[in-house]
Amino acid sequence: MPEPTTITLRAAVDWTACQGHGACADLLPEVVSLDEWGYPILQERPVPAEARRRARRAVSECPALAFLLKR
Amino acid sequence: MNTSVLPPVRIRSLANATATATAAMRLLPSAPLNHQAHRAVYGDLPRLDPGHVMAAAEHSGLSGQGGAAFPAHRKMAAVREAARRAGRRPVVVANGSEGEPASAKDKALLWHAPHLVLDGVALAAAAVGADRAFLAVEAGHGLLGYLTEADRQRTSTAVPVTIVEVPSRFLSGQESALVSFLDGGPALPRFQSRPVFEQGVGGGPTLVQNVETLAHLALIARHGPAWYRSGAATSLFTVRYADSTPTVVEAAPGTSLQHLTGAVSGQAILVGGYHGTWLPLESAARSGREVGAGIRAITGDTSVSAETLGVPLGAGLLAVLPHDRCGLVETASILRYLALESAGQCGPCLNGLPRMAAAFGELARPTPRSDLQQIRDDLSRWAGLVTGRGACRHPDGTARLARSALIAFAAEADAHSRGRCRASARPPMLPTAMPPASQSTASE
Ligand SMILES: Cc1cc2nc3c(=O)[nH]c(=O)nc-3n(C[C@H](O)[C@H](O)[C@H](O)COP(=O)(O)O)c2cc1C
Ligand code: SF4
Ligand code: SF4
Repeated sequence: MPEPTTITLRAAVDWTACQGHGACADLLPEVVSLDEWGYPILQERPVPAEARRRARRAVSECPALAFLLKR
Repeated sequence: MNTSVLPPVRIRSLANATATATAAMRLLPSAPLNHQAHRAVYGDLPRLDPGHVMAAAEHSGLSGQGGAAFPAHRKMAAVREAARRAGRRPVVVANGSEGEPASAKDKALLWHAPHLVLDGVALAAAAVGADRAFLAVEAGHGLLGYLTEADRQRTSTAVPVTIVEVPSRFLSGQESALVSFLDGGPALPRFQSRPVFEQGVGGGPTLVQNVETLAHLALIARHGPAWYRSGAATSLFTVRYADSTPTVVEAAPGTSLQHLTGAVSGQAILVGGYHGTWLPLESAARSGREVGAGIRAITGDTSVSAETLGVPLGAGLLAVLPHDRCGLVETASILRYLALESAGQCGPCLNGLPRMAAAFGELARPTPRSDLQQIRDDLSRWAGLVTGRGACRHPDGTARLARSALIAFAAEADAHSRGRCRASARPPMLPTAMPPASQSTASE
């Protein structure tokens, strides 16, 4: 079922858990890139509607359970 | 009372420079006050009425004295609201951790006016509806026993206060580190999916407020918000000059740098703390000159406020760097300390801070080099990369210090890269660990 697009989601990271695996950047290049040490750099802007499904995958596939989506 | 356990510190009050100030309006009495003496000077604890306290906090414009200068009223309102929604009583944490080795004002306040702080705790607890409070102090100064005894002297039925010692580390006073420690965990910052004001001690809404902020609240409740706003109310500064004993100075807004620090001359001043900003000190003619990215040169006549200095006052440290010292050496030493104090829990902080410290170590060494611009570029980039990317603001503050030093000591960095040094090689003057315990003295 498609989610209502009125709710904006933003990428967030639990920095104490993140191991710099980079899976989030692979899945969500629209809002996540990696710094020179391999840790995610997050865009301020919300996750675009067409990337929401991948955003949810990034949450479930982050091996450190560090990648989050915030309303 | 045993005074042998405080770090060496002198106190000085400039409060009486204003005509109307009386002892009851000052934060630091000249000698420590027990409860009876406290009541004789300040009078009884004002009414513990939530609406009254909230209004006093709001109309005074009181903001946090622990570093971030956040409006106290807004935080208190957020805690109240979170408690209402969660249907549980909040907790108040008075933050007297003062993990910053250069700072002494919170310990001086706790020592001299413990009951002003405890009054503030009672008022804040009443304002947010808390039924429990903690007072966290740095271990190693004898404050636990001293404050427990002070608390015992109080007969009032106000909120019960548990006094706890936190490890003497830079990060211990960060609010989520305090919450973790009070919950039985390590005194290290932790990831907060919800802010502390919603989910703090025991998972409940928690008001964390610096001890000086609470002492201000105790004065505002007595003398009113209009008095506080009038410019007569004072705040505390830790003043350092070279290697001399730090002085905790109480001063009203508008006091000049020269008067406040009592320093005759210097080349720069570190404002706020180790998360603060270096500002170049110059002759009157060149005052206000913008030396780079929001950093203005100041003079001894500049009055001390966030507006006039153009930078936050942070935790109130004012460290004057004399002409015969090297700002790059000082900064390299502080950065090394801050990198070592990092909990190393967050990737950008773990990677960025040691690199920044090492790069500053290079700048501090007078040796001919061709890679100066590369080092500067690396430092600016790392400062950007660590900012906003940790579980706490430690990297942000560290980056602020590094950026300001690059600007304030640009000429020294140039000279060093040509193998020249304008200051005699001296060990750094600013402390990077707790000073040995010794006698506390009061003056003036
Ligand atoms: C690394 C770090 C260390 C801190 N240490 C202290 C401290 O020792 N004492 C303190 O009052 N606040 C400290 N703070 C700020 C607290 O997190 C918190 O903002 C403050 O206690 C709130 O009180 P205030 O609003 O009254 O200033 C620290 C913050 C950081 C990021
Ligand atoms: S996938 Fe998870 S662990 Fe990996 S970089 Fe992203 S947030 Fe960090
Ligand atoms: S940002 Fe740095 S100091 Fe703060 S919790 Fe993370 S690793 Fe520790």
